[in-house]
Amino acid sequence: MSKMARIRKEKKTPWQKFCAWVNGDAAEQMLLPAQPPKESKKKAAKAKREKTTSNHRKDMGLGQFDHIYRICAVLIGIAIVSVLMAVVLKLPLFGSPDNPSVNEVVERYVEKGLEETGAVNMVAGMILDYRAFDTFGESSVLFLAVTCVTMLLMRDRNNTDKKEDMLTAQEHVIEGYEEDIILTKISRLIIPCALVYGIYVVLNGHLSPGGGFSGGTIMGSALILFAVSYGMIRMSRFFTYATFRKVTSSALMVYAASKAYSFFTGANHLESHIPLGTPGAILSSGLILVLDICVGIVVACTMYGFYALFTKGEL
Amino acid sequence: MEHLLINHYETAAVILFGIGFLNLLLQNNLVKKVIGFGVMDSAVYLFLASQGYIEGRMAPILVGEVAHAADYINPIPAGLVLTGIVVSVSVTAFSLALIQRLYQKYQTVNFDEIVQLARQKGDE
Repeated sequence: MSKMARIRKEKKTPWQKFCAWVNGDAAEQMLLPAQPPKESKKKAAKAKREKTTSNHRKDMGLGQFDHIYRICAVLIGIAIVSVLMAVVLKLPLFGSPDNPSVNEVVERYVEKGLEETGAVNMVAGMILDYRAFDTFGESSVLFLAVTCVTMLLMRDRNNTDKKEDMLTAQEHVIEGYEEDIILTKISRLIIPCALVYGIYVVLNGHLSPGGGFSGGTIMGSALILFAVSYGMIRMSRFFTYATFRKVTSSALMVYAASKAYSFFTGANHLESHIPLGTPGAILSSGLILVLDICVGIVVACTMYGFYALFTKGEL
Repeated sequence: MEHLLINHYETAAVILFGIGFLNLLLQNNLVKKVIGFGVMDSAVYLFLASQGYIEGRMAPILVGEVAHAADYINPIPAGLVLTGIVVSVSVTAFSLALIQRLYQKYQTVNFDEIVQLARQKGDE
């Protein structure tokens, strides 16, 4: 412990304290008294490993290689930045209307957008009607990412050992403690507002800034706040892995089915029978509202899923 | 030089890209590498968004009955940035999950140490 005290004495200036905080030393020190034998063992193992590593590096001449690598990396970085700077020098002027990027595609999207998609928000009309297939790909990428994270981090009987089981049990004990009163009271106020705001942003995606991705993220953050303040046990009363699977995959399937319908009718020059409605009304712009809702559900579930998998390893 | 000042968003994007790229190459800590990747992503979004802007025009949300292309900024970069954000969120989550697994196996997030430990295990 005398060594620890010396370390604590050494860290006196605010900058050193800040460095220690950034490096995570402070947190480690706080944890130390709780389980001293284990921690010191771990440290000894780490020191031993560092020693072997440094010896190994010296043997292989890796120290020199590291030096050369760093110099080369800086040189490559400077080269790339200077090439890109040269490109910026040749770019058209910022904000000028004669830029080559403002071409006939933009004209078409802006002038025919309302007539063809029915959406007042042109970005929504663009990503969910003209380029809806691309957005389907995006939602699938999110779904794929959450599937991969589930595969890597889900705690089931194939994926845990004794140490992890012990940690999980500890977490359950901590969760069983009294709820944080400030957090629960404030989140009781915030969660309904956040959920309603998220739903508003999703439903108004074709009329105002927003849409499935931004609204879905807001709803996901409300779910995360609920899980933080009330714990996973209460969360699992209405949101389990089974609900997550069903909701996400059915939202993606609804998206795929409705877009397949419009691709089929569009490609075969058939009438789509989906009314575009009056521009500016909530129930307008054909399939965009449905697609926005599907995307919002997928994004909200994905955001919450990432949180749950990274913190607890379970949904 | 004046050109760089007028195109200051693009210039800032290029500098940010360089910072992120060097972070990716020089950091040994895998989590810091992921942060560098995120900085590079943001640089690309800044570049795309600045390409879509046109001086003195409105956001692409229709006002009134008839749309004139001369009144609104370019909506396409907004869609491209959206795609980029979604992909970068997915890639970041996936790489952080991989890093967590590596930490569980090797008890470190230092790239060099992980390589050394993997080699030692291979030798034994």
